[in-house]
Amino acid sequence: MRVEFRLSGSGGQGLLLAGIVLAEAAILEGKNAVQTQSYGPEARGGSSKAEVVVSDEDIDYPKATDPDYLLALTSESYKTYGKLMGAGLVILDSSVTLDPEIKARTVSLPILKTAAEDIGKKVVANIVALGVLGGISGAATAQSLEAAVKNRVPKGTEELNLKALRAGLDLAKTAMPQVDWTMKRSKNER
Amino acid sequence: MAKTVKLMQGNEACTIGALAAGLEFYAGYPITPSTEIAELCAEELPKVGGKFIQMEDEIGSIAACIGASLTGKKAMTATSGPGFSLMQESIGYASLCEVPVVIIDVQRMGPSTGMPTSLAQGDVMQARWGTHGDHPVIALAPGNVRECFDLTIRAFDLAETYRVPVIVLSDETIGHMREKVVLPDPSEIRSVRRAAPSSPAGYKPYAAEEDGGVPLMAPFGEGYRWHVTGLFHNEAGRPTNSGEVADKLLRRLSRKIEKNADELADYAAESLEDCEIAVVSFGSSAMSGLSAVRRARKEGVKAGMLRLKTIWPFPEKAVAELAKRATRVIVPEMNLGQIALEVERVVAGACPVQRLGKVNGELFRPEEVYAAIMSAARGDDAAGAGRAAGEAR
Repeated sequence: MRVEFRLSGSGGQGLLLAGIVLAEAAILEGKNAVQTQSYGPEARGGSSKAEVVVSDEDIDYPKATDPDYLLALTSESYKTYGKLMGAGLVILDSSVTLDPEIKARTVSLPILKTAAEDIGKKVVANIVALGVLGGISGAATAQSLEAAVKNRVPKGTEELNLKALRAGLDLAKTAMPQVDWTMKRSKNER
Repeated sequence: MAKTVKLMQGNEACTIGALAAGLEFYAGYPITPSTEIAELCAEELPKVGGKFIQMEDEIGSIAACIGASLTGKKAMTATSGPGFSLMQESIGYASLCEVPVVIIDVQRMGPSTGMPTSLAQGDVMQARWGTHGDHPVIALAPGNVRECFDLTIRAFDLAETYRVPVIVLSDETIGHMREKVVLPDPSEIRSVRRAAPSSPAGYKPYAAEEDGGVPLMAPFGEGYRWHVTGLFHNEAGRPTNSGEVADKLLRRLSRKIEKNADELADYAAESLEDCEIAVVSFGSSAMSGLSAVRRARKEGVKAGMLRLKTIWPFPEKAVAELAKRATRVIVPEMNLGQIALEVERVVAGACPVQRLGKVNGELFRPEEVYAAIMSAARGDDAAGAGRAAGEAR
């Protein structure tokens, strides 16, 4: 089964790293995973997008074609990519106002706020988001996500990031009643 | 030792491959989307006794690599379109002086500064003809992360074997993509080193035993005297204005590659045995092509895929063979039809060749190639099939 993720926001939010960790966690479980990205020429600001495809089978095309999950941390990325969503689920930061034009199924979660207030570091919002994505999708277990976080985050920040991951996984649990479980079905069944 | 299973980026795999092939010297100037190669070389080369230098620009970078190679070291640089343009003069120098060197070009949108972070495959012809004059060159195009590793090793082997510059023609998507790779143990890698003379007595750096032969190459600093010049030269390496000598040299240089074209040709085939609609592609475009071919097969269309791993010399036999069976050849590429020109030349009217060019910086969606395949299967003419694929011309 092929599962596609699109992580979008602004440059500097660390979504590329979140995508890499998600892909690595899937690989640690013996799955195939491919991560791609697109970004503007700016080092910070501008739009940023990372995509992850996870599958038990060979992945011939590396990009998301019809994402099962869209993470949007900014209003701009929500408007740009929300419109392209089909049957997949939008996971939106609760600071972003819902747009009635976007019909895709959506859950709003306080990702940025959890990072800033509960963890006390805005910069770990990407790892909170990773926990949310991993928890909701089930693409990787908490254990694999933890191992992948440890592999990929800067030395000395492991504990902080693991705390952020767990906060994200907890957010995912609280969100589950909101999430329509038809998401779990493969695309073939749609 | 065990095999390594890793989530690895294409650019990273090129670097790991280069190190496995025995890279000893890197000179470069960072440029998106190739910069990770320089970064990793800077980190890793000193650990194995190698040298990394960030030069003032790409002209200096390739020149430094040529110098290092002349001393017997395995040398590499990496760049993207704008830097590749600046390197062209010295690539000609390396061709004529027969200096092995590996150049990784991670293609981005051009011409000029273009769109630095966007995908293109527009350097196909530049890799072949970017420097002036007839000259031998080899270019390889990886189609996934594992091939970044394999083809970089092969690039070194071919550079050393034939004493030519070898270009690895990667692209933004392949270079930045991370995927699961299983790499062999470094001890399993057998890399080639240039053949060296056994004694300085009577050494002639440009004397080959046969037409298309490769002369023995002595490292500078070990007692051999030889002269390296971008002027045409005789077997001793001294400049000449003799048309006869120049003619003989240039024909030998050209024959080095021509006569080994079959051995150099490298490609991956999928479902070509009974294929009617053939897709010929390379690099990132081939990923979209493969996905489209597999989908068309499920719909009962006899589609097949020829993915070129060697771009130059162009794998003529494989393409000609394909054209005997196919009723249409579709060539998706992230440019306005560069490989398609070669395909048209080789197919020579045996069946229609349809160019599917894209230059907006975004990889083909599989549906775009699929639409062209299905349109061709319905028998639409090539222009109609192009329109079906959404191509605006």
